[in-house]
Amino acid sequence: MATGNEPDQSGSVGNTPDAGKPLTSVELENRRRDLEAKLASKGVGRKTGSKDEGTGTASGVAQAMKLSSEFIAGVLVGAGLGWLADRFLGTSPWGLIILLLLGFCAGTLNILRSAGHVAENRGFELDKSDDREKPE
Amino acid sequence: MANDPIHQFQIARWIPIDVGGIDLSFTNSSFFMVATVAVASAFLYLTSSNRGLIPTRLQSVSEMAYEFVASTLRDSAGTAGMRFFPFVFSLFMFVLTANVLGLFPYFYTVTSQIIVTFALAILVIGTVLVYGFAKHGFKFLGVFVPSGVPAALLLLVVPIEIISFLSRPISLSVRLFANMLAGHITLKVFAGFVVSLGSLGALGIGGAILPLIMTVAITGLEFLVAFLQAYVFTVLACMYLNDAVHPGGH
Repeated sequence: MATGNEPDQSGSVGNTPDAGKPLTSVELENRRRDLEAKLASKGVGRKTGSKDEGTGTASGVAQAMKLSSEFIAGVLVGAGLGWLADRFLGTSPWGLIILLLLGFCAGTLNILRSAGHVAENRGFELDKSDDREKPE
Repeated sequence: MANDPIHQFQIARWIPIDVGGIDLSFTNSSFFMVATVAVASAFLYLTSSNRGLIPTRLQSVSEMAYEFVASTLRDSAGTAGMRFFPFVFSLFMFVLTANVLGLFPYFYTVTSQIIVTFALAILVIGTVLVYGFAKHGFKFLGVFVPSGVPAALLLLVVPIEIISFLSRPISLSVRLFANMLAGHITLKVFAGFVVSLGSLGALGIGGAILPLIMTVAITGLEFLVAFLQAYVFTVLACMYLNDAVHPGGH
């Protein structure tokens, strides 16, 4: 930003009639407001634009990696917990069987959640007085 | 072995240190972790030390990094989540710098070791658990109980939710580790083709052009993956931290 009391002419368009004259503060104020409005509309456009995912191969691969790792992690954790339960509680083989199935469910839930098909877990309701209620 | 694609991931003990039977050697992995921290800190310090109102190119790079992490965190965890900003920003800079440093020839990729990424993921989940229990007490356990589910089904749903929660650090770490590992192995394999085809004479040199083009293309892709995975890691860390701040509302 230039210092306010001596407006520089670099931003003014050459072929306007008052190109040579120094700008009044009212004109500058109007310009500033225009720019602000433009920036605000651009910001909104960018935010909504970033929502749609690219359809290129790289982002498709990234999506595939993301979903598969979610699923595999669920199954692995289920199997691991089942194995631990069997080992320390002596419930073999039921712990592994049941927890592997539950892990499969959890993996599927993970996938659906990260793909946005299932709402996030809402859990219990805390007091609503915090900042999340502010419109963004 | 110049042609072994796994060779680049081997740990070399540079300064052997042994404390009570525990191997605490300073390895090439340790060195590149130190280098990552040093490069990230030096970059941020040097680019922001001028503090020009009109930023130079490098200053605007570090400002972009700051604003990107700040807006990601604020979008997903609200203003209350901003108390985790130093943590999340350090995490982002560490992962990003480690990924990018790993792309230099002969450099060691720290994030291609699952124990490193797993430690980072455990750090995130540990923060969620510690902060969640400290802030909300046992009400934090409500994060495992979806609302509006019949009591009979809770017996089934709660274990699934717990497994789903426990699988987060694993999927978080496996994703970063697998991407870096797979990318570097692919790169090495294609680069190895260039060498072995090139040694076959004139026809081989002609054939070696194809894997050479592929290597160049994959290098570009790897730069994308390095940034993308740091981004994904940060976004997911923010989402999980949101659970700690607001266990009830998403």
